[in-house]
Amino acid sequence: MRVLIVEDDDILRDGLKVGLALSGFTTDAVATRESADAALAAGSFDAVVLDLMLPDGSGTDVLKKLRDARNDTPVLLLTARDTVADRVSGLDMGADDYLGKPFDLDEVAARLRALARRSAGRSTAVIEWATIRLDPARQSVEKAGIPVRLSRREYSILHALMSQPGAIFSKATLEDKLYGWQEEVESNAVEVHIHHLRNKLGPGLIETVRGIGYRLGGDS
Amino acid sequence: MRSIRARLFFILLLTTGLMWLSATLWIFFSTRAEVEQVLDARLMEAAKMVSSLVVNQEIDPDRPAQTKAKIPVLDHPHYDRQLSCQIWSLDGTLIGKSESAPETTLSAHATGLSETVINGETWRVYAVENAELGVRVLVGDNLRIRDRLVNDVVKGLLVPALLIIPLLASLIWLSVGRGLAPLRKLAGDLTARDASDLHPIAETATPSEISPVLRALNGLFGRVAGARQREQNFIAFAAHELRTPLAGLKTQAQVALASSNAEIREKALGQIVAGVDRTGRLVRQLLDIASVEASETARGAVEVNPGDVLASLRNELLGHTRSAATVVIDPGLDQLQVRINADLLRLAARNLMENALHHSPAGGTVHCRLVRNDGTVTITIDDDGPGIPPEELPHVTERFFRGRFKAAVGSGLGLSIAELALEHAGAGLALQNRAEGGLSARIVLPNDLIA
Repeated sequence: MRVLIVEDDDILRDGLKVGLALSGFTTDAVATRESADAALAAGSFDAVVLDLMLPDGSGTDVLKKLRDARNDTPVLLLTARDTVADRVSGLDMGADDYLGKPFDLDEVAARLRALARRSAGRSTAVIEWATIRLDPARQSVEKAGIPVRLSRREYSILHALMSQPGAIFSKATLEDKLYGWQEEVESNAVEVHIHHLRNKLGPGLIETVRGIGYRLGGDS
Repeated sequence: MRSIRARLFFILLLTTGLMWLSATLWIFFSTRAEVEQVLDARLMEAAKMVSSLVVNQEIDPDRPAQTKAKIPVLDHPHYDRQLSCQIWSLDGTLIGKSESAPETTLSAHATGLSETVINGETWRVYAVENAELGVRVLVGDNLRIRDRLVNDVVKGLLVPALLIIPLLASLIWLSVGRGLAPLRKLAGDLTARDASDLHPIAETATPSEISPVLRALNGLFGRVAGARQREQNFIAFAAHELRTPLAGLKTQAQVALASSNAEIREKALGQIVAGVDRTGRLVRQLLDIASVEASETARGAVEVNPGDVLASLRNELLGHTRSAATVVIDPGLDQLQVRINADLLRLAARNLMENALHHSPAGGTVHCRLVRNDGTVTITIDDDGPGIPPEELPHVTERFFRGRFKAAVGSGLGLSIAELALEHAGAGLALQNRAEGGLSARIVLPNDLIA
């Protein structure tokens, strides 16, 4: 799950970037409204963590621009102003959730997972497909009740595919979900991770749609 | 005497009493003079009358003294026997006398008014000599009776006064109390207020004497409410601004706790240390703002040498910051003497110099200069950093404004503290970009601050 962090405080931005990565998110971080707009226009994010007070404007401007562009990416607002009126106006402006500073890192991660789940139209936290169970909160995967150990990137690909069963993901989309900007993408990394996933969870789980990409195979 | 009521009461009572007393004294003396005049006239008239009776032969001077002629006297309870009359022959025989007259001669002198003491009593006597008949008529009255007359008049004034004084006193006491009622009401209103109630007291139906007090009080309430509002704003603002660094610290701490990777942990701990430094500086600056704002008016000005202030700041700041810049202070600044609050000047200069050092590139120079203009003297602190984008210049002194070229350690408070401190010290701050690059921060001192 790829998350954009928009926060101007260096230490907090760094903490969120590293901390959310530890919780299994792929994270990118920017400090200004301008770069947030640019990042959101360019990349595909599964969620945005947005600070309201930015040096060159307000987070609400970013949010408004995002919604005006008909982009439904879930947005979690972070702000030092957390009176009821602030929460209401933030939510009314199109934010999906609201968290006052200082917050708990685990709570940010949990809320982001919940936002992603809701945007995918699911109500339960655990995703199931055939005999596979994926628990985003614990980053754990089981096959027929037996835990399977996956690397972070393998988990990210499986999570992406299982979040939208039936959808076809191109190689580029999957790479987007795997790598932040600073990370270098190995040329055949996606193929390698898919290969490992098929070895660990059974060859029929992931189908290759020739020339387009990948999707979950078999029946749920 | 602390009580206005008691003081007014005593003053009013004393002056009323004194007025009464002086009126009484005046009446006493004027009555006495008047009585004297009237009674003397009566004496003369009576003497002349008796003398004329003798002339008309109604009283026979040759008759022996034993058959003393009786002069009838009207009966009056207090003032009976007021007049005494003696008729003497010129050879010294008492021919006749009134009932109340003593046996001895009332007066030795021939004619006119005189006073004689007989048996310890003073008599006022008028004598008329009738040489033709060889008689002398003496008419006198006892001064004791005259005094009694005057005393009765005065008594008639004093007795009712003594009776009225307690009544008057209680009336004064009550009416003074009544007059002071608005003060008591004001005190009651103020006592009943709770500490947060700072709305002005309504001035309707207030006596004109209390209005100034009320206006002064309302003015004070206004100022206190303003100060309290500033304080509340400040607390809200400080709490708000501390939340982001706290969130950063907590997040980094949780990263350090959650990660088993030594490199990530070390980095997070390093970030926590930097974050604590920065938050500490933020707290110091917030306290600086609070202390400057608490000083409502410019506080005690002393003579300060800005060159000394800048030099000591240079030593202090170059010790603390990792800046590789140098600070040059023009010698002209040592010649300048300024009358200003030293703490405020130092606070402003410190924030400006810190700002300049933070934005200076490695090897850069922060240059402090003295510029004299018409009406002002300016101390400039110039750096060769990136300067401030023109569109941000009007906003940089706003609290927590951090521009695009913010330094990593900046809290966004330095320039607003400098401006606030200079305003409170009676000086001003001007910021402009230098043509050769960098920012020029100017402490503008009006000439009246120059010693």
